[in-house]
Amino acid sequence: MNAMPPLQKQRKLSLKERYAHLTRDLGWETTYQPMDKVFPYVAYEGIKIHDWDAWEDPFRLTMDAYWKYQAEKERKLYAVIESFAQNNGHLNITDARYVNALKLFLTGVSPLEYSAHRGYAHVGRHFVGAGPRIACQMQAIDELRHAQTQIHTMSHYNKFFDGLHDARHMHDRVWYLSVPKSFFEDACTAGPFEFLTAISFSFEYVLTNLLFVPFMSGAAYNGDMATVTFGFSAQSDEARHMTLGLEIIKFMLEQDEGNVPIVQRWIDKWFWRGYRLLSLVSMMMDYMLPKRIMSWAESWEMYFEQAGDALFEDLSRYGIRKPKYHEVAAKEKHRLSHEVWSIFYNYTQAAAFHTWLPSEEEMTWLSAKYPDTFDKYYRPRFKAWSEMAAEGKRFYNQTLPQLCTTCQIPMGFTEPDDPTTICFRSAEYKGERYHFCSDGCKDIFCHEPEKYVQSWLPVHQIYMGNCGGAEVKDVLAWYHLNFGVDNFDYEGSPDQKLWDEWQAQKAANPV
Amino acid sequence: MTIDIKTATIQPRRQTYANVARRLGADRPASRYEESMFDLQATGAFHYRPTWAPEYDLFDASRTAIALEDWHVLRDPRQFYYGTYTIARARMMEATEKAFAYAEKRGRVSGVAEDWMTVLRHYLLPLRHYEWGANMNNCNITDIGFGSTITEATMFATMDRLGIAQVISRIGLLTDGGSGTSLTAAKQDWIEHPDWQGLRHAIEDLLVAPDWFEVFVAQNLVLDGFVYPLAYRAFDEAGQGHGGGAISPLTEFMLDWFDETSRWVDAVIGTAARENEANAGHLSRWTNDWAKRAREAVTPIARAVLGPAADATLDGIAADLAVRGRKLGLAV
Ligand SMILES: [Fe+2]
Ligand SMILES: [Fe+2]
Repeated sequence: MNAMPPLQKQRKLSLKERYAHLTRDLGWETTYQPMDKVFPYVAYEGIKIHDWDAWEDPFRLTMDAYWKYQAEKERKLYAVIESFAQNNGHLNITDARYVNALKLFLTGVSPLEYSAHRGYAHVGRHFVGAGPRIACQMQAIDELRHAQTQIHTMSHYNKFFDGLHDARHMHDRVWYLSVPKSFFEDACTAGPFEFLTAISFSFEYVLTNLLFVPFMSGAAYNGDMATVTFGFSAQSDEARHMTLGLEIIKFMLEQDEGNVPIVQRWIDKWFWRGYRLLSLVSMMMDYMLPKRIMSWAESWEMYFEQAGDALFEDLSRYGIRKPKYHEVAAKEKHRLSHEVWSIFYNYTQAAAFHTWLPSEEEMTWLSAKYPDTFDKYYRPRFKAWSEMAAEGKRFYNQTLPQLCTTCQIPMGFTEPDDPTTICFRSAEYKGERYHFCSDGCKDIFCHEPEKYVQSWLPVHQIYMGNCGGAEVKDVLAWYHLNFGVDNFDYEGSPDQKLWDEWQAQKAANPV
Repeated sequence: MTIDIKTATIQPRRQTYANVARRLGADRPASRYEESMFDLQATGAFHYRPTWAPEYDLFDASRTAIALEDWHVLRDPRQFYYGTYTIARARMMEATEKAFAYAEKRGRVSGVAEDWMTVLRHYLLPLRHYEWGANMNNCNITDIGFGSTITEATMFATMDRLGIAQVISRIGLLTDGGSGTSLTAAKQDWIEHPDWQGLRHAIEDLLVAPDWFEVFVAQNLVLDGFVYPLAYRAFDEAGQGHGGGAISPLTEFMLDWFDETSRWVDAVIGTAARENEANAGHLSRWTNDWAKRAREAVTPIARAVLGPAADATLDGIAADLAVRGRKLGLAV
């Protein structure tokens, strides 16, 4: 037994040292099993870490405090969820069309929270430094929280609206949900350093405001207090996650110069991958919110162009530059949402949420927000479709779309310098030709073709007979999508019928 | 704003999510545990093989020898989801905080005999590294385990073990005047002292064990089944005559936690064992092999603390564990 020095002479620990004793000092160098067997995944990506001790804890939170704060937040959140249900809070929203944004969120985003939970558990086990491991473990359990609180919040909506009933099942099968699914599985199947660059840095730090702010402000603007509350409640978790994102990037860049080009390539890749995923959010912002917050273009300017400028300016001292193709995103910002909403309008029969054409008033808003593009390219298109619908010939695209092998979005984006021509790119690998929506997606494929040839492309899978059958109805049944209920236009949907009944009741019984 | 609509017109169209209704056999109101735990993990249509384990799918049931028709049978009798979990732990921690506040007000733990304090530091403080090993083992199961039911509970266990390692560390800081010297010494014991090498060796072997269900059994049933009754009951009792009672309120958390968590561990192993004979065979073999190893691993520290009484104490602990295992349907 080690003799203890007398107590009185000992210096008290600083807070930082004390935290180190309670966290990173728990780890030890294994000797019965070699370290590289205990931590087998930290070398193969080529990132060199010379000194794990140089890791600066991005926050100091011990478990006693974690349990206490988080329990307090949960108590408050569940009180709101409870009263929302009891008071039928869904009747307070601006319009039932709003719920379609929630359908997109629950089927597209909440499963990502769960994937993040498992991904951080992987990194939380496998990093060599115990300090970063603990930060990752805390994020792992936080992300489980987000998945679960979202499911609990939406539970009430699921009781009254269609399309929210089988989110996980749909996430794994429905064609457009392979966009978020493949995004996250791409990150989770990468090595630990790339995973953190992808999710902690590119997603949480650089792009999170473009994902969560629109949904949460959208909820606030549209009277959805339940969603606002979980959003707010998650915000203090997000603050921790963002500091972890920045810390891991700086840590990699400071440890070895050779890490810089690897990290730069990941930033390029995950910027583009994240940006393509956000195109779904762009249509949500510009088309799905009855009461709009700001346009996609404004949001991109504020949260990426301005905030990103400052960030990449700061990182330039490490030799990091802005992500490749950021200028393409800037060119696309005035058309992105319109192109994506058009895709969904065309394939409304296969979507688990409702679509509609913007009203005259909404088109006025879109013209004002997109003065250079909306009236020129999109208003005429919507006008034509609305005339067809009026004649009883609502336009449906009956041919299955070609998907981008990387981002898995149907080919509907236009050339960076020509908004009237669809952008097609392709590459050959081992005698097969693969198709892409953009140079960004093509670059990603060409750097790791052996990964992306594995993509589970929903349209290919339908052709191969792996999706319940050859008829649209068979495929939708396999998706667990209720035909004639969950899909097609909002106009004429059961959601609309019920909502109108509630509104009529409300008018008949003024408070 | 309140809205006056006759409740008759706003009847719910469904009671719960469809995946939950399928599992409950009917669309009926479901608990929060059921709604937020079933089916969260993807089970198919995986896009890419993990670059870190290309022989497997991202989530792959074949990463253990245990086979289950439906992985969601591994339910948690505590019905923990994130909210109930954190609230339960915050509550347990309140009592522990009071005990720490009481002790901290005095600057150190008063009334513990100096020679027992040396013993206590030697047996208790290195356990923070044991807990850290348990944290890694449960985190590994959360990573490669199959199905959201078991992996969400192992996530909670992961954080529990970090929390317990921190409670132990704080006891150390309490006894060394906040200098950390006791913790540095304890780490050296963990790395070098012969009393601890068996346990450290076992933990390190588990860190590289490929079958996650074996890790679950070895860590959460067997090793904990020896370490907890030994350290927090037998050692604690041995200290009572030396003023060790002043420490007991600080380790109460571990006893409560062990009782509560054992219910979950038993439910998981018992359910898997009942499903088929092959499962019962694997689980029995793992339990027997690791029980033998665990006993050998803790014998030196038990003898160092309990002297000649150690072997009888370990006999008792081993017998209790065997009874527990047989109740779960294991041949032990
Ligand atoms: Fe999250
Ligand atoms: Fe693409």
